[in-house]
Amino acid sequence: MSAGPKNNDFTIRIANVNGTGSASANALLMKSFFRMGIPVVGKNYFPSNIQGLPTWYEIRVSGEGYMARAGRVDIMLAMNNETYRKDLADVVSGGYLIYDSTWPRHKQLSRDDVTIIGIPLAKMCNEKFSTARSRVLMKNVAYVGAIAALLDIDLDVVKSSLDRTFAKKADLLEANHTAFRLGYEYARQHVKCPLSFKAERMDATRGHIMIDGNTATGLGAVYAGATVGAWYPITPSTSVMDAFTSFCERYRTDGETGQSRYCIIQAEDELSAMGTVLGAGWNGARAFTPTSGPGISLMTELLGYGYFAEIPAVLIDVQRCGPSTGMPTRTQQADIMSCAYASHGDTRHVLLFPSSPEECFYFVARAFDLAERLQTPVIMLTDLDIGMNDWMIPDLEWDDQYRPDRGKVLDAAMLEKMKSFHRYLDVDEDAIPYRTFPGEHPKGAYFTRGSGHNMYGAYTEDPSEYLEVVDRLRRKWETAKQYVPEPAVVYSDQYKVGIISIGSCDGAVIEARDRLIEAGIGVNYLRVKAFPFTDRVQEFLDAHDRIYVVEQNRDAQLRSLLLLETEVLQEKVVPLLFYDGLPINAREIVTSINQDQAEGVAA
Amino acid sequence: MSFIAKPKVIHPKSPRNELGLTVRDYEGGMSTLCAGCGHDSVTGAIVQAAFELSIPPHRMAKLSGIGCSSKTPAYFVRQSHGFNTVHGRMPSVATGANAANADLWYIGVSGDGDSLSIGLGQFCHAIRRNLDMLYMIENNGVYGLTKGQFSASADLGSKAKKGAENPQPPIDPCRMAISMGAGFVARSFSGDKEQLVPLIKAGLSHKGFAVIDVISPCVTFNDHPGSTKSYKYTRQHFHPAIQADYVPPSAEITAKYNEGEAMPVRLHDGSQIVLRKVAGEYDPADRASVYSYLEKYQQAGEIVTGLLYYNETLREMHDLCNTVKEPLSRVDYSRLCPGNDALQKLQDSWR
Repeated sequence: MSAGPKNNDFTIRIANVNGTGSASANALLMKSFFRMGIPVVGKNYFPSNIQGLPTWYEIRVSGEGYMARAGRVDIMLAMNNETYRKDLADVVSGGYLIYDSTWPRHKQLSRDDVTIIGIPLAKMCNEKFSTARSRVLMKNVAYVGAIAALLDIDLDVVKSSLDRTFAKKADLLEANHTAFRLGYEYARQHVKCPLSFKAERMDATRGHIMIDGNTATGLGAVYAGATVGAWYPITPSTSVMDAFTSFCERYRTDGETGQSRYCIIQAEDELSAMGTVLGAGWNGARAFTPTSGPGISLMTELLGYGYFAEIPAVLIDVQRCGPSTGMPTRTQQADIMSCAYASHGDTRHVLLFPSSPEECFYFVARAFDLAERLQTPVIMLTDLDIGMNDWMIPDLEWDDQYRPDRGKVLDAAMLEKMKSFHRYLDVDEDAIPYRTFPGEHPKGAYFTRGSGHNMYGAYTEDPSEYLEVVDRLRRKWETAKQYVPEPAVVYSDQYKVGIISIGSCDGAVIEARDRLIEAGIGVNYLRVKAFPFTDRVQEFLDAHDRIYVVEQNRDAQLRSLLLLETEVLQEKVVPLLFYDGLPINAREIVTSINQDQAEGVAA
Repeated sequence: MSFIAKPKVIHPKSPRNELGLTVRDYEGGMSTLCAGCGHDSVTGAIVQAAFELSIPPHRMAKLSGIGCSSKTPAYFVRQSHGFNTVHGRMPSVATGANAANADLWYIGVSGDGDSLSIGLGQFCHAIRRNLDMLYMIENNGVYGLTKGQFSASADLGSKAKKGAENPQPPIDPCRMAISMGAGFVARSFSGDKEQLVPLIKAGLSHKGFAVIDVISPCVTFNDHPGSTKSYKYTRQHFHPAIQADYVPPSAEITAKYNEGEAMPVRLHDGSQIVLRKVAGEYDPADRASVYSYLEKYQQAGEIVTGLLYYNETLREMHDLCNTVKEPLSRVDYSRLCPGNDALQKLQDSWR
C-alpha cells in the first residue's frame, strides 16, 4: 500500500514447484519474523495437484499489523523455471529477484528496475548432500539462509526454530543447520547485506499465535461439544476434519478404556454427510459437516428438510472459486446466495460469516448454540483464504463457564409432568417449539417428516394447517435476529462514505480505510457477521448516501442479499467486486473508491 | 387427505407381553395404502415382532425414505420415534441417529425404488459401515406413487400393466448385500407371516446390519399376469431354502429339530436364531455357495427365501469407531470440552 518497501514492511513471494517439500522451509522463514516480534501473514497460492505444478507462497511482513494480501512483491524467490518470466514481471519496480544461479539465466530475462541476485543453491546442496531427496529438500532451507542474510534475520531465532522443529530428529537437525548456513554464508560473501530494507526486532506478536482457519474451526468444534462429524473430503475444507480428528484423539480419548467420545463418519458423498448430521442432530448430538460449494449443492435437498422439520445442524462451508468445479485451490465468497436460500420451496438459513481464524474458533460454538436454540441448520461460511492460509491472531481464550445452549429440549422429568407433548406447537409465542430426544420418555414420541405437517406434528395437506406451520417458520426467522451476532461497525470522524463488507475482506477493508482516511475520505465501515441481517444493518444503510459493498464474487451476492432483505435503495449501494481467486487486497479497494469518488465530483 | 388415527379398543383378554402391553399398543395410524397392498402385511408382521420382542415403544426409532413403503412407519408402533426422510437417504440419517445413540432399536423401511435406484449408494455404504439396524425393503418391482414405472428390481421380461416388457436386468438386493459384506441377509414374502415375523425378530436382535428383502406385491400396478412380482407368481415360485426360528434370551429351545438339520446361532443379547435347512445342500454360512445358489435359482425364475446368509462375527459401526458405550448424545459437556488451560498449553506450539 505504502510507496515502497521499508524495514518491517515488505512482501516476499517464493515461486516453486509443488511436491518439492518447500512448505516447512517457508514456515520456518515466516515463523522467524513472527518470533522477532514482527506481525506477518502467509498466503499459499497452490495448484489442485500433488506434484509438479507451479506453486507460490507469499509472506507479508507488516510492522503495522495489516493481514491482507499486500498486492505487491518486493522480493521474488524464483525457484521455478517454468514461471520465471511471469515471476520477474510481478516484482515491483525497485524490488529484488533471487534465482538459483547453478544454471545460466537467459539474457533476455532481465529488468533494469529489478536487482537480480544469483545464489547457486542446487550446486551447493549437490556438493554437500548425498541423496537426491535431501538435495531437493535442503535447497529450500538454503534459500531461507540466503534471505535471512539479505534481511538481517536474527540468527538465534532461526537456530532455536530449527532446534524446536527437529528436536527428535538429530540427523535432520544437523542437515538443516548446514543447509541454512550454506545459503546464509554465500549471500553474506557475494551480496551487499542487508538490502535497502530489512527485518527489525519489535514487540508486536506477543499474545498472538499463527494459525489457519480450518485448524481453528476444527478446534472450535471440539470446544463447542460436537460429538458427531460427518464429511466427504473436498478442497479446501478437508483440513477442518483433519484438525477435529487430531484434537479429538488428543482430548476425547478415554484414559482408561481408550475409547472415543466422538464419532467421525467419512461418508460416501455430501448427501450422506448431510443426512448423517440430521440424524445425529435429531437424536440429540451436536453434529456438523465441513464442506465447500459443490458439497453445499449436493446437500440442498436435505438442508430444506432440516429447515422444515426443524432439526439443528451445523455446516462449515469453506468457499472456493466456482462455478462448477471451478478453481478448487483458489478463494472466493460466491456461495452467499446459494447458502442463504439453499433448497426448494420457501427456505432460508441462518448464516455466520467469520473474518479470521479467531472468529472461526468462537463462531463454531455460536453456530451450534444458534442451531439448537432456533432448531434449524446453520451454515458458517469461511473461505480458502481464511481456512488454509497462515494468519496471526490474538491468543484464543475459552470461557470455562460456557455451557452449550441446547435450546428448548424437554427431558424425561418435564415430559412426565406434562399431559401431552406436541412437536410444533408455538407454546412461548416466539415461534420456537419444544423438541424431545428419541428414547427419552413415552410421551416425547413424535413423527418427523418433510411432508406437510400440522402444529401437532401430524401429516396434513390441509391449507390452513400448512399455513400455520410455514408462517410460524417465517416468524421464527424474525426471532433469529435477536440471537445472531451483531455486525462490527467502526465510524470515522470525517465521515463521507460507507463500506459494507463480509468475511475475509475485513483485513483489506481495514487497510483501505486507513489509506482513504489519510487521503481525506472518511469511511464508516460495517462488517456483517450473520444472516438474517439485524436492525443495525438497516440503520447503517439508512445513515449513508453512498455505500460500497466489498465482496469476493462476480455477481454482488452480498449486495443482492441486502437489496432483498432490507429496505435500501438500489442506487445507494455500489458493488466493489474481486473474484480472480486471489485473496482481496487493499490497493484495489482504494483505487475503485477513489475512481468512483472522482466520477461523482465530475458529475 | 389427512392422517387417520386408528380407534384403540383392547379386548380385556388380549395377550400381554413382558411389558404388559398388547399387540394393539404396537400399532400405528390407519394405513392409507391400497386395499390388499403387500406392505400392510409387512406392517402387521413388524407390529407382531415388536410386540413379541417386548420392545419399549419409545425406545424404537423407525426411519424411511420416500415411496409407498416409506409411508408405513406411520402405521406401526405409534409411540416410537419416526423419521420419514427424503428419497433414498434413510441410510445416512439412520447412520447419524445411530452414531448419536446406539441404545435404541433401529428399523428402516424402504422400497425397491428407494434402495435400489436413488438410494443404491447409501444402501451399499450402510452395509459397509455395518450399521446396527434392521433394514427392510418392501420390494414390488414398480413405482407405485408415480403410477407404475418399472423399478430396478423388476425382472427381465416382466410385464407392465399395459403390456410393455422390462428390458433391463434386475438388481437383487440380497446378492448385492452379500457381496458388500452384510452379516444378515434374508428374503421373505409379505404373504408368509410365519416366515417373516421370526426373521424380523432375528434381524432386530442381530448386532450389525440386517437386511430383509420382502417381496410385497403392488395390487394396483404390478399384480397382473406377466408380472414376476404378483401374488400369484410369488406363491408359485416361492422357494424356502432355510427356515429361521427366533428364540428369546430367557427361553430354552423346545421345538424338536432333526440332528444335523438345526443350527443354533447365539446373538449378542443371549437370544438365539435356530436355522433349519429346507433345501438339502444349502449352507447359510458359506458366502460363495449362497451367492451361486441364489444366482442359479434366480436364473430359473425362482424366489429363494429364508435367512439366506448369516455371519455373526462382523464388527458393527461403533465397534469399528471404538466409541464409548454411553450414547454420545448423553456424554456430559464437561467430558467433551478440554477447557481453557489445555487451550493455553496447546497454543504454545503455534508461536
